[in-house]
Amino acid sequence: MRVSVDPGRCCSSGQCVTAVPEVFDQSEDDGVVLLIQPEPPADLRSAVRTAAAICPGRAITVHEP
Amino acid sequence: MTAVDPIDALTYPAARGGCPFAPPPAYQEALEQRPVTRISLWDGSRAWLVTRHEDVRAVMGDRRFSADARKPGFPFLSDGRRELAAQNPSFIRMDDPEHARFRRMLTGDFIIKRVEALRPAIQRIVDGFLDEMTSHHPPADLVAEFALPVPSLVICMLLGVPYQDHAYFQERSRILLRNHSTAAQVRRARDELSDYLQELAKRKELEPDEHIISKLIARGDLTREEVAGMSLLLLVAGHETTANMTALSTLALLRDPAQLARLREDPTLIKGAVEELLRFLSIVQGGTLRVAVESAEIGGTTIEAGEGVICMLSTANRDSSVFATPEALDVGRDARRHVAFGFGVHQCLGQPLARLELQIALETLIRRLPDLRLAVPFEDVRFRTDTAVHGLEELPVTW
Ligand code: HEM
Repeated sequence: MRVSVDPGRCCSSGQCVTAVPEVFDQSEDDGVVLLIQPEPPADLRSAVRTAAAICPGRAITVHEP
Repeated sequence: MTAVDPIDALTYPAARGGCPFAPPPAYQEALEQRPVTRISLWDGSRAWLVTRHEDVRAVMGDRRFSADARKPGFPFLSDGRRELAAQNPSFIRMDDPEHARFRRMLTGDFIIKRVEALRPAIQRIVDGFLDEMTSHHPPADLVAEFALPVPSLVICMLLGVPYQDHAYFQERSRILLRNHSTAAQVRRARDELSDYLQELAKRKELEPDEHIISKLIARGDLTREEVAGMSLLLLVAGHETTANMTALSTLALLRDPAQLARLREDPTLIKGAVEELLRFLSIVQGGTLRVAVESAEIGGTTIEAGEGVICMLSTANRDSSVFATPEALDVGRDARRHVAFGFGVHQCLGQPLARLELQIALETLIRRLPDLRLAVPFEDVRFRTDTAVHGLEELPVTW
């Protein structure tokens, strides 16, 4: 699995950070998404899918092989 | 001519049915039968009612639907609400890029890390009000002594508003949120709140502190009116919502002892339970309002430019294609797909704070008062139905 984010669409809801703090973080200035792990390990993948599904800005894209 | 389709006679707002927590039955039926349907408003005008989860997310996430109440066709719930939305709007009633400019001035204050750092302070506030409530004999009104003061004090602390003025702004917030407030009442309440916050901003220009209002002033690119407007939005949105969620959540759990027992046995369920309560209660009972600025197809129906849209968050949160047995409160389910905070660029700015306040308030209440129960029959509890935010007039409890 590969993850990409579009900071331009991010609404800073913080839900991705709550769902998978190992993969997503927020900028201290304006809360915009920061991607820490573009290739999350197997045990985090289902949480990453949830984060993408609930993102209010649809800013998270999950690329599955 | 054929007879008027009964669904065409849907009105906004509509009465709730037998279960005071459930959306109006007419809206829930619309979800099953005609998920995007016409609805009549108070002044005889028409709008679209959107009830399904997928369609609500589609509207809220689409820039062809505007949140700007000055645009022709914007649907209002009442005369008073039109007055509130049409004059000096705050960013909740703006579209991007204007909306994003203001919102991004505040998002840094609501990042998860910064909100999580408030945990000890919020815990102290929660314990303090519970100490006070339990220092006298039961019964007590949980709304007045706990559910309302906790988020009021928290938002005052964040903004830098003196908490001793709480009666002044609580009274006026309530007028702003009440459906039957007249345009004149709304104008007066809003002007008084705005004057109060502008006076406060003026004082902070001379004596700055480290809180949000001072930080907005220190940017140097906002007028005093703009600072007051943003503060007003945060102050009103920041306390009535969480207060009503706390009171209604407590009542819903007392009404469903099996769910309360699960939560008591396993306090680690609290985070998920708060999401489920947000879904189940969907307190923004009027839904979220938009107007189409270009024609767009939603759920197979074409909505034309200039037509109003009401996104019914409460029915979307009871859409059985997303939530199994949606009418049941189940503190163990994964309810995170709910739209109780809206969806899209306007999704609630304060959501991390609301979540943390609710988690701490409910966990502490359940832990500290193991014998908490209603002090009146359930049927006698008075609900607030005539408001933008569903809630309780009071919640008499004993322990
Ligand atoms: C359980 C509590 C809460 C609920 C259910 C709730 C619900 C909502 C909803 C549905 C919206 C979207 C409105 C729309 O799209 O038209 C919203 C927006 C907003 N909320 Fe909340 N809210 C809650 C708590 C809070 C708190 C504690 C704060 C402040 C600290 C807050 C501040 C805001 C602001 C500023 C907006 C406007 C965001 C924007 O337009 O970008 N809310 N809220």
